[in-house]
Amino acid sequence: MTGTTLQVVLTVAAALVATGIVGALSQQSVVMIMMGLELVVNGVVLAAGAAWYFLWPAVPDAQVLVLLATVVMAVEMAMGFAVALALYRARQIDMVDDATELEG
Amino acid sequence: MTGPVLLVVLGALGALAVCAGVLVFVVDSMARATFSLLASFLAVGASLLLLDLPYLGLLVVLMMTVEMAIMVVFMVMLMMNPGGLMPMSMVHNTRGAVAAGVVVLAALSAGIWTVDWPERSGAAPPDTTVQVGEAVMGPHMLVMIVVGVVLLATMIAGLALATPRGRYDRLGPDLDRPRPDDPVDGGLPR
Repeated sequence: MTGTTLQVVLTVAAALVATGIVGALSQQSVVMIMMGLELVVNGVVLAAGAAWYFLWPAVPDAQVLVLLATVVMAVEMAMGFAVALALYRARQIDMVDDATELEG
Repeated sequence: MTGPVLLVVLGALGALAVCAGVLVFVVDSMARATFSLLASFLAVGASLLLLDLPYLGLLVVLMMTVEMAIMVVFMVMLMMNPGGLMPMSMVHNTRGAVAAGVVVLAALSAGIWTVDWPERSGAAPPDTTVQVGEAVMGPHMLVMIVVGVVLLATMIAGLALATPRGRYDRLGPDLDRPRPDDPVDGGLPR
């Protein structure tokens, strides 16, 4: 039963990661792309929590990974909003399709 | 909570998390998209609480609630259709994105259901918060040090990017302009 529960939770985490990838790749708005990336990290948080509980509860490594993933989410949000604001201030755009100056 | 009950509850929370995650990219209103994302985070936070991780579960719940409250302001500020009063589509390369998502889900699921997972080894400590606290203040302190520096760099970089005019705009490339070039006069010289 424990193994099945772990696999179910990990599958949910994989679905969250896949949903986030679809969103991040298909959306044009900078803010919506950030939401997709947040969903990917959300899946990582869930997978790490499940790995701690079902596999190695005696060692704290997976818990530290959850902590790290939440920090990644906070940093991604802060920098994403700062870049979105800077982009809007410089070009009056909020879509990545309009920000192609660095395209090769 | 153990055994089949845990499986059912975690499965239900997982289904809620995934459905809310999909809704983020389906609904027209930006406010609704933000709160769908919040629902997904809250379901994951509740899952962590069920997995005997009270500190990390509460951290996710509290952090994401505040983060989404800030995000909804940015969404209303930046997006063309914050209220969802008209249909909206801002997507590109949908087919390629869905294909990438399906491939990732299939690859991860194949790994999850074919790997021979090890048995649970060891017992959880009486207080899991103490476990993570001692880890980041002991053997995993490098993680804490790096995280601290990264957060400090994020604060500085965020301020630098969000500031409309810096000292080089005011005082010139060599910072030697006698009077700062301000839109409204009266700024202090350097």
